[in-house]
Amino acid sequence: MLSYMVKRLGYSLVTLWTVVTLTFFLMHLVPGNPFDKEGRMPPEIFENLMKYYHLDQPLLLQYIHYLKSLLVFDLGPSIKSDVLTVNDMIVQGFPVSLQLGIDALILAVFFGILLGTFAALYHNRWQDYLSMVVAIIGISVPGFILGTLLIHYLAVGLGLFPPALWGTWQHAVLPSFALSFMPMAYIARLMRSSMLEVLEQDYILTAKAKGLRGSVVIVKHALRNALLPVVTVLGVIAANLVTGSFIIEHLFGIPGMGEMFVKSIFTRDYPAIMGSTVFYSGILIFLLFVIDLVYTWIDPRIKLAGRDS
Amino acid sequence: MKIRLVGMVLVLAIVLTSCVPPAMQQKNYSNREQQIMRVNNREEPSSLHPGKAASPADFWPVDHLMEGLMKRTPDGKLVPGMARDYRMSPDHRTYTFTLKEGLKWSNGDPITAGDFEYAWKYALNPATGAQYAYQLYYLQGGRAYNTTKETDPVKKKKLEDKVGVKALDEYTLEVVLETPTAFFLDLCSFFTYYPVNRKVQEEFRSWDKHSRTYVSNGPFKLVQWNHKQDMVMVKNENYYDKDSVKLKEIHWYMVGDENTSMQMYRAGQIDLVYPIPNELIPLMKNKKDPELHIVPDLSIYYYDINIRKKPFNNVKIRKALSMAINRQELVEDVAQGGQKPAYGIVPPGIPETEDGKRDFQAFSGSLFQEDVKEAKKLLAEGLKEEKLAKLPTFNLLYNTSTIHKIIAEAIQEMWRKNLGVDCNLQNVEQQVKMERMRKGEYQLVRDGWLGDYIDPMTFIELFTSESTQNFSGWNNEEFDKFTRYAQSSINQEMRMKAMHQAEQIIMDHMPILPIYFYTKSYALKSRVGGVFNIVNRYPMMMYAEIQ
Repeated sequence: MLSYMVKRLGYSLVTLWTVVTLTFFLMHLVPGNPFDKEGRMPPEIFENLMKYYHLDQPLLLQYIHYLKSLLVFDLGPSIKSDVLTVNDMIVQGFPVSLQLGIDALILAVFFGILLGTFAALYHNRWQDYLSMVVAIIGISVPGFILGTLLIHYLAVGLGLFPPALWGTWQHAVLPSFALSFMPMAYIARLMRSSMLEVLEQDYILTAKAKGLRGSVVIVKHALRNALLPVVTVLGVIAANLVTGSFIIEHLFGIPGMGEMFVKSIFTRDYPAIMGSTVFYSGILIFLLFVIDLVYTWIDPRIKLAGRDS
Repeated sequence: MKIRLVGMVLVLAIVLTSCVPPAMQQKNYSNREQQIMRVNNREEPSSLHPGKAASPADFWPVDHLMEGLMKRTPDGKLVPGMARDYRMSPDHRTYTFTLKEGLKWSNGDPITAGDFEYAWKYALNPATGAQYAYQLYYLQGGRAYNTTKETDPVKKKKLEDKVGVKALDEYTLEVVLETPTAFFLDLCSFFTYYPVNRKVQEEFRSWDKHSRTYVSNGPFKLVQWNHKQDMVMVKNENYYDKDSVKLKEIHWYMVGDENTSMQMYRAGQIDLVYPIPNELIPLMKNKKDPELHIVPDLSIYYYDINIRKKPFNNVKIRKALSMAINRQELVEDVAQGGQKPAYGIVPPGIPETEDGKRDFQAFSGSLFQEDVKEAKKLLAEGLKEEKLAKLPTFNLLYNTSTIHKIIAEAIQEMWRKNLGVDCNLQNVEQQVKMERMRKGEYQLVRDGWLGDYIDPMTFIELFTSESTQNFSGWNNEEFDKFTRYAQSSINQEMRMKAMHQAEQIIMDHMPILPIYFYTKSYALKSRVGGVFNIVNRYPMMMYAEIQ
């Protein structure tokens, strides 16, 4: 187990380094620079700013500097903010995105599994069709449309929740729901097909033949195996949700870090692009590792340490 | 076991959602006693330091926190702010300002002339990396100090000492300009010219990044700043004109989406929304919505023509393109935001006489006429001169945005219908567009300019031969001559005349196609009075009042 974890850590670091290097050079290949905007500045000022942010140095030197500061977890200043460093942006934005993401993840997993299981149990009956219609809507309606509709009807129309901003649990309801809809639909579809497959298995027949109650068969025997494919995708879904969604955060005015990913690229805020990429890759690598561990708990046949038969 | 897990997860969810910070005050309308105004700033300010402020999200709040030597009144008059009065030397190069007596920063420190000297020199220091430092280039030695490559601290200090701003005593500030500058007093109301509390900045280097250390000298002070979330300003009791300030608090939110911002306004979360989503403006206008306000903005929307690319070197072809656009139709049916058609380069809102009665743009009127028949004739002549049978298909480059797209499509169609010429529309990201403009890799490109100060020069000077903002490649000696005269003359009447002539010259050569003058459209709840507008600022709320 330990040697496996050490090996995985090594791989993770190499992956991270590759991501950092690729992003760094690709980002500088893209035309434009952080100081281009509508009210353009005189070239003298431009030079001062390039110097101020050390962008006048050779690229390789900038790269080495970046790696060095990365070793001490210093992600540098943001070019677009004199107030917040990239570290500040992540420290302040991530907890917000994380909370919103966890809320959405809980909704998505709970209702996704419920809907999928339900659909499988009532295979080819109206309950099944209804669940799958919901799932198809969930997959095909983008978050910003759902979000806009929620704001329009529930917030402005009925005044049930605030239309935007962040702070109380009321603020979290609409964005969590809007954010959870797509992964929920995805999980429901996955759950349905895997549940259907499991229900065909001989051991389910055996369990039923033993005279176990239907609910026990489902919960104790079928669900556990049917969950495997869901758990597989959960890592990616979770990483996506907790690192923030640009659209939902932008739409609901939530101070998370989703906006940072997208905006930093548009504004060529190099340190912020790097910071968000490093952070996102780190989270993804970590979650995939966790998922590997969870696998062994759900299915003991999967061994961590390779072939020791 | 699974059931228990689900239960645990639900409990976890409840715990997580309940451990968020307590509710901010909102939703409830502020009443007369509370006097709280709420607005959406759209994004986190990149800096609230007057020397480093660089975008509307910065200077809108800063304008409510700080004040310069001069300020604009609600009726647009330029009056002394921090200054009590000022004296001008006969050659108009030296200004001596005397500060009002007993002025105090929000923390109680006295405001001195030294705070101005310190702030201006700080912004000019190249190590500060101030984007708007060029606003201080009018000071003697300002540009030299800001652009120096000197690394030796002693020599750099010498350059700093040569900058033409000096506190003669606690209340007297002497400013020496590079050349006489007719609009210098207006510049003194611009945020780069605001003072900085030297004592505080030397004690806390990052005083401007937190509400607990932020000090201001204007109508409000900052008491809360949750980054990327909200700011709360309360009335500054140390402000000399505090009796005119009726609001007790201003709450600023940072919601980026325009539509959400409008929904917050509708739901009563905010009292003023600017800007309004473009597609809503005609709807509100048709309904004669009393909450809609459309006011002039000091900015112009235009296309640059790259005159280095044939056949656009030919003035007749350029003029034909300009005369074949129906601008009235464009602003009424396409842009729909109350914009004004542009037949020149200086937008309305700049007074040209001392009494402020005559508007520069209104006086110049239309500097060319739209005329399809004439345009066709000019095009034919131009093509003949260039030995072309037909205008080759050309490219019009714009940065990705709905409004730019629909404007470009409408103009493309007007050219096709009126002149029978084809153009390709190309859209790229803003940054890519800028890169291509700098390299001259375009034929026609969408462009725009926001004036910094209230004088026609902020637009005229863009097109001189030494201007770094002149992307069309056009230059003209006569134009340069008039511009140089107007830049250094102190005879207001003569310099206005020179600028009218300069504007006429540029329209006679048409290196740019003016399209329209922008407007500011905002919605304001009818219970809020006293919000006023200055043509180059966002709506000003210092004298607002909840009724």
